[in-house]
Amino acid sequence: MGPELDFEKPILELQEKISELKKFMNEKGIDLSDELNHLQERLADLEKDTYGSMTPWERVRVARKLNRPTTLDYIPLLFTDFIECHGDRLYGDDSAIVSGIAKFHGRPVTVIGEQRGRDTKENIMRNFGSPHPEGYRKALRLMKQADKFHRPIITFIDTKGAFPGKAAEERGQSEAIARNLFEMSGLSVPVISVVIGEGASGGALAIGVGNQILMLENAWYSVISPEGAAALLWKDAGKAEEAAKTMKITGSDLKKLGIIDKLIPEVLGGAHHDPKKQAAFIDQALIESFEELSQLTADQIRNQRLAKYRAIGNYETVQENQTNHSIFSYSSDRQ
Amino acid sequence: MKDFFTKKKKYATVPSAKARQDVPEGIVRKCPKCKKIMYVKELSKHLFVCQSCGYHYPIGAHDRAEMLFDQDSYVAFDEKMVSLNPLQFPNYMNKLESDRKKTGLNEAVWTGKGTIEGFEAAVAIMDKGFRMGSMGSVVGEKITRLIEYAGKNGIPVIIFSASGGARMQEGVLSLMQMAKTSGALKAFSENGGLYISIMTHPTTGGVSASFASLGDYNFAEPGALIGFAGRRIIEQTIGEELPDDFQTAEFLLKHGQLDQVIPRSELRTVLGQVLSIHAEGGAE
Repeated sequence: MGPELDFEKPILELQEKISELKKFMNEKGIDLSDELNHLQERLADLEKDTYGSMTPWERVRVARKLNRPTTLDYIPLLFTDFIECHGDRLYGDDSAIVSGIAKFHGRPVTVIGEQRGRDTKENIMRNFGSPHPEGYRKALRLMKQADKFHRPIITFIDTKGAFPGKAAEERGQSEAIARNLFEMSGLSVPVISVVIGEGASGGALAIGVGNQILMLENAWYSVISPEGAAALLWKDAGKAEEAAKTMKITGSDLKKLGIIDKLIPEVLGGAHHDPKKQAAFIDQALIESFEELSQLTADQIRNQRLAKYRAIGNYETVQENQTNHSIFSYSSDRQ
Repeated sequence: MKDFFTKKKKYATVPSAKARQDVPEGIVRKCPKCKKIMYVKELSKHLFVCQSCGYHYPIGAHDRAEMLFDQDSYVAFDEKMVSLNPLQFPNYMNKLESDRKKTGLNEAVWTGKGTIEGFEAAVAIMDKGFRMGSMGSVVGEKITRLIEYAGKNGIPVIIFSASGGARMQEGVLSLMQMAKTSGALKAFSENGGLYISIMTHPTTGGVSASFASLGDYNFAEPGALIGFAGRRIIEQTIGEELPDDFQTAEFLLKHGQLDQVIPRSELRTVLGQVLSIHAEGGAE
């Protein structure tokens, strides 16, 4: 199950108590089932309370659990006939992004997802799920291929961000991300993006310009990680917990802000408690999204996607007679 | 010999803190590169380029517009658009207000149209004096409207980037402006629109990773810092020191990310040439 988080500790303690009691009953042959039932009820309540009212920061920590299901865990549970396609044909193959073709309920699709490791060794191999430019260019190659063969695209977002490294800069990390935003805007096939874990910044968006954005309940998606936001805004990375709240990064926050289309419920306690059941929740949401998008022609698919992002923004145009803004008093003494 | 004894000792006069404060700001400026002190008046005649070492001082949007366009040829768009603080971020509105006063801009980008060497163009100029030139809802919207205007009127788009990246205080809405502006450029480009990107100091983060990198021509000013991730973060991540020229315009040129690095003094001429080549029209 992986290490438990501090807010889960009371649950863990109660679980231990229950198993001790069971052991005791078996060993001594004493019937304490009343007591046992009572404890099990308490556990159910406690789990419901704890997991039902998780703070944004608690969700961030669940999203980061090493045993949380990743793209490669979901692929066999959601698709058949998956064939991985490697390489960007320009520089190399980036294992922080996996991509390939598959069938979703018999229908051909292209699948692309950010892939972190599930243990230290794999994390090193996959660069902790932080792609280099060649990863984004591989994704773009697969997306263009999908467009050519009229295959819908499903992307899984799960990254702490595009890799901040020397080689990544030399090979044009900015350009690679920008190019994906540009080209995804022109795709004529449906694109559904699912935020399954962490979604940080341009590194997440670079495979996330979908017709619909879906998000798991304990996933987070923002312009920067909570730690990064705290460091930049308050010069104190320790204020990450506060930033997680202020920055409005959880699925329910983003649903309220109108950024995501569907919030996918999670198994109680988090996706890692039952990946198979979690995949079934995702499957259900994907089927619905496909149904909604299948009503649209290729032109409408493009236009719907463009219009979706075109509409995002929160601003107003002030009138001449409003005096609470100083925008007309240009002071020329600035340096 | 007499002089030897009577010669007055030479003291360097260090102005008192009070006196230093009394010197009106903005009369002289010291070049951060070669330390040469120059009168601002003189500097402005040379487009804010140090005449001793060629250092390009970052400039605000108003100064840029003044030196870019043909005289009296330009008008501004969307000068009254303001952010509504979507995340209810504490103190954000006050910060915007103080930057409006400081820069005379409604937001971190100026947009408008005018002529350059006689050619009409829709132009955006970012200003790092306003919230480090960061992109939130208003910057994204103004740039998108500018691209749409250029598309409707069949004129080129030129964007001068100067930005620390996405605006933190508008969270995910800032992030989505990257997709919004890139989408607008895609539609514009498919209709044959010409877009020239000019990266100035600094062009980083969410701005370099969206419209700034998407020009049909990507140019930059000498010495401009251009990159995706911050230098300190990279050094911390990879645990090694980076070369001095890392993420400069010249570094990007060497790594195939730019068409040219163009000194400020030649920019108008080069833009005129590019616009003239495109005005001739290609094979249809």
